[in-house]
Amino acid sequence: MAQDIWVLGTHMTAFGRYPDQDAVDLASTAALGALDDGGVTISDMDLLACGTLFQANAGMGQQVQKQIGQTGIPVYNVSNACATGATALRTVIMAIRAGEADMGLAIGVEQMGKMGLLAGGARKEKNVYEPSGRFGAVMPIDGILGTDTMPGVFAQAGMEYANDNDGVGFEQFAKVAQKNHAHSTLNPLAQYQKEFSLEEVMGSPMQSYPNTLLMCCPTGDGAAACVLVGEERFASLSREQQSRAVKISASVLTTDPYVESGAMQPDVNTLTRNAAQAAYEQAGVGPEDLSLVELHDCFATAELIHYDNLGLCEPGGAGDFIDRGAPWRDGETPVNVSGGLISKGHPIGATGVANVYEVTTHLRGEAGDRQVEGANVGLAHVIGLGSSCGVHILEKSGIG
Amino acid sequence: MNGPLEYSLDVQIPLVDYLVLDDGPYLQANECQNCGARFFGRRNACAQCGGREFNSVRVSDTGTLRTFSIVYRAAPSIPTPYVSAIVQTDDGTSVRSNLINVEPDPAKITLGMKVKLDTYIVGTDDDGQEAVAFGYAPA
Repeated sequence: MAQDIWVLGTHMTAFGRYPDQDAVDLASTAALGALDDGGVTISDMDLLACGTLFQANAGMGQQVQKQIGQTGIPVYNVSNACATGATALRTVIMAIRAGEADMGLAIGVEQMGKMGLLAGGARKEKNVYEPSGRFGAVMPIDGILGTDTMPGVFAQAGMEYANDNDGVGFEQFAKVAQKNHAHSTLNPLAQYQKEFSLEEVMGSPMQSYPNTLLMCCPTGDGAAACVLVGEERFASLSREQQSRAVKISASVLTTDPYVESGAMQPDVNTLTRNAAQAAYEQAGVGPEDLSLVELHDCFATAELIHYDNLGLCEPGGAGDFIDRGAPWRDGETPVNVSGGLISKGHPIGATGVANVYEVTTHLRGEAGDRQVEGANVGLAHVIGLGSSCGVHILEKSGIG
Repeated sequence: MNGPLEYSLDVQIPLVDYLVLDDGPYLQANECQNCGARFFGRRNACAQCGGREFNSVRVSDTGTLRTFSIVYRAAPSIPTPYVSAIVQTDDGTSVRSNLINVEPDPAKITLGMKVKLDTYIVGTDDDGQEAVAFGYAPA
């Protein structure tokens, strides 16, 4: 059995807009914060994994080293859509499990500014139609043969669930966003910290039915980092370091297996179900054991279907799950008490590290006003379209 | 003195190469000879079984609405709102396209409704060549 891995230190910047800083500044802030939090230095790190999507070819990990310490350790720059941060974590975890490192630093960072709508290209009329690309298209097909835009693709994923299950519609999806906006008011690191009524959520400008503006995550800037340590090195750390450390009891990355409709409508379900099942088996826990869940609510429609994919509700019961308030902070299984991507924000590369920061902070009992009382097991989930899914399950150390 | 410009008689071109206009219109898929999985567009191998041999097959023109979204926000040059849809054809093939000839109103669109393939002119180039797109309309 591979050795246990622990989160020793973690830090995230508040998510938002940073016009006066660049991604290297944000990543360095997160990295230095995580090192300080763990009571270690860059000299203790055996490797660095740095995740960023829109600057994937910038050598971001090395640029961060130039700011915080050029110790000559290997750097892995990773990019994996919205699962980029989780992939950076996995890279460090695999290196420790492989015996190539005792301790490593995982960073996720993104500086998006106000990018606006992602995917869905502008249509530029050619003077003369000539077939090109894999489909022999004579012009861009977005908006003619369905949608490439993220709000629309995830709207369709939600409406497919509504097609297959009773009790799911616009109102259930809107309740998800109402909850996450409300949760964010307790999180000083959230990009937005404003509560909205259900009527306000449903009445905000429609982006892609049933996702209104308040049901879509914003673009933004931010970074998060974790220092990870294997159990051999962990044993030599101080009692104080050990007691604040959080055990990673499962770490899983999956991609989407073939399904008939997958080339037309990305299947965000099967890979999440596969990742969750593998993670629960690795950790020896079930969804009923979870004190809190941070899941990938890029759109309200996405969060609802992941209640089912992660086994938080009865099969087909995601509509009832939100209707009865189960995922609220004081409910059966609190989901996205950080405010989620919808309100905490979604600087893409940072997200899969920031949700581990959030769960870790609750397991340490250090989450302040938004603390889930008595939290001892938590799950962090991300999904990147294309697709990749990362699931991490974390447990309180029990060392006191 | 020059006469009027003469256009080719062949004035229509499909938006994508899997839309067949001759003897059609219909959609043509590549079907894996080994496992029967269907794909649009050119293939390197089968995503389900790895098979490398494919047959061209005609996809059923009729089907049901599997899911949809009414898209209000898109790149500036794309007319909105439009209805994006995934249709499951009667022979079990998933197709992505717009839902056409229907109001972009959730009250007018029912999940599971019967739909049928239809085509329309989506643009004309400087040579007068018309691009033909497809969509699904309520059956």
